[in-house]
Amino acid sequence: MKILVCINNVPDTTTKIKFVDNKAFDSAGVQWIINPWDELTLTRAIEMKETQPADIESVTVINVGRADAEASIRKALAIGADNGIRINSDTSDSYSVAFQLSEYIAKEKYDIIFCGIESSDYNGGSVGGMLAEFLAIPSVSSVSMFEIKDGKVVVKREIDGGNETLSVQTPFVLIGQKGIAIEPKIPSMRGIMTARTKQLTVVEGVACNQLIEFVDFDLPKAKAACRKIDAENVKELIDLLHNEAKVI
Amino acid sequence: MDFNFTEEQLMIQQAAKDFAERELLVDVIERDDNAVQSASHIKKLAELGFLGMMTDPKYDGGGMDTVSYVLAMEEISKVDASISVLMSVCNSLVNWGLENFANEFQKEKYLKPLARGEKIGAFLLSEPEAGSDATSQRTTAEDKGDYYLFNGTKNWITNAHLASTYLVIAQTYPDKKHKGINAFIVDKDTPGITLGPHENKMGMRASDTHSVMFNDVKVPKENRIGEDGFGFTFAMKTLDGGRIGIASQALGIASGAFERALKYSRERKAFGTEIFNHQSVAFKLSDMAVKIENARNLCLKAAWLKDQHLPYGTASAMAKQYCADIAMEVTTEAVQIHGGYGYVKEYHVERLMREAKLTQIYEGTSEVQKIIISRSLLK
Repeated sequence: MKILVCINNVPDTTTKIKFVDNKAFDSAGVQWIINPWDELTLTRAIEMKETQPADIESVTVINVGRADAEASIRKALAIGADNGIRINSDTSDSYSVAFQLSEYIAKEKYDIIFCGIESSDYNGGSVGGMLAEFLAIPSVSSVSMFEIKDGKVVVKREIDGGNETLSVQTPFVLIGQKGIAIEPKIPSMRGIMTARTKQLTVVEGVACNQLIEFVDFDLPKAKAACRKIDAENVKELIDLLHNEAKVI
Repeated sequence: MDFNFTEEQLMIQQAAKDFAERELLVDVIERDDNAVQSASHIKKLAELGFLGMMTDPKYDGGGMDTVSYVLAMEEISKVDASISVLMSVCNSLVNWGLENFANEFQKEKYLKPLARGEKIGAFLLSEPEAGSDATSQRTTAEDKGDYYLFNGTKNWITNAHLASTYLVIAQTYPDKKHKGINAFIVDKDTPGITLGPHENKMGMRASDTHSVMFNDVKVPKENRIGEDGFGFTFAMKTLDGGRIGIASQALGIASGAFERALKYSRERKAFGTEIFNHQSVAFKLSDMAVKIENARNLCLKAAWLKDQHLPYGTASAMAKQYCADIAMEVTTEAVQIHGGYGYVKEYHVERLMREAKLTQIYEGTSEVQKIIISRSLLK
């Protein structure tokens, strides 16, 4: 099987978020990383390739973005992806990202397309579903387990009150969430070294209207500073929890 | 002059940071308390390629530069110096020494498994009466024709129990003094080698430190490194690079303590405001930041010189002395900023302070570094 993993390039989760005139994200000085949800699905795809090489022919990563996203693509190659593709575009809304991906994927043949459940910047949670619609193939959302047993794809997904296990025919879009891998894979020194020799292809994006206009951004209210109460002073702690925080 | 790191160097730095924060941090206090290392941590360190990261890929290493090594050492040392010293000995001393001075047969047999992290190495130089004065080697390697016969004791040997490959510095011709010293590769399981108990140390308690006794140990002649009498030069050249490892370890200990102190100063309130807003605390942090910046630049300069194949012995001595000394100062101030909380183990800074002390002592004391630096001034 050929797996394609869609990776988004997002600000590091510890980034101090700022906006320009509350209209656009201020990216000055921001460190960019692979979207953590995408990184988990990528990790699982690579784990499968390493443990069941007979079942997984290749793992390719794809990103819709500008040249500065290539550091994240190369990290994915260092983690173990076989090759990378960047669709050159500065598009940012979910619809146009899914459209750009679908236009490229329609010309290629992948058995499973992995997406993270959402991105940690805009939290849209919609690219995977839209992509499947554009490609007219099924999608399975909230996947927390992915296996290939006797040549058949088996996934587990969360449903109300529990989980369901599905056997899925390819091709399909797998929308992964927490649990699909334990934690993101750390690239090894050998992986970082061999990433230099792996192919990173850049293709031009296609014309596409953005359907979303960002009107305004608001930052959440600043959190109050942490207050430390001496361990002996339980009375003060209870008083604060009761009268100030009003949680008890 | 370009102060930017390459994409690969940044990736290595991040990989080391992720490994330290995800894997090492969780039980570092317990491992320090119990003076034990985790086999799974060492296995992971090997799998990620940190144990042979600078060795040429043709000998199964990672082929990374020394700058990358400094970045990785700093990140791991921020969290656990007992692990980073293991890494330093393997990379800077054992693997580097073998790669540069061993013959092809020795590299094939010993360096490759070390570079892959399948085996651990140890560097046996210090003795009960030969610490800073490395010329006074009492361990003898008597030439018996077909083999060398070892007798003597080595002290403070990092990785002594974990390692299977020892690089041993010993005296073959006592009358020739330091010109009679040789360096050898010795398999730890050779009959006649025994280990003393795990040293109960002030800091880096989890690091595997023992004395190693040699009692009529037979070592094949083919295991000598280089020409007869090359051992002292071998040790000194290897230690030039080793100092970069320990300098970056000291840097990591300092920056780890600094990051914790800065975070604490922005959370802890006293007299109605975060303590960072008190000038006495802010100025301490300012001084700490300048020292760390200087230390980092010295480390990177020494690493850069080494990568450019330029002389780096003095630069590495400067880095080692300065980084170790400021690690002690910065960690002490970090404890002070934390107040009573800094004196308990939960906040990590007291451990970092104990770890910092060792960086002023091993791999050449700060005083020995000053000898090296001052002698270079006259050249």
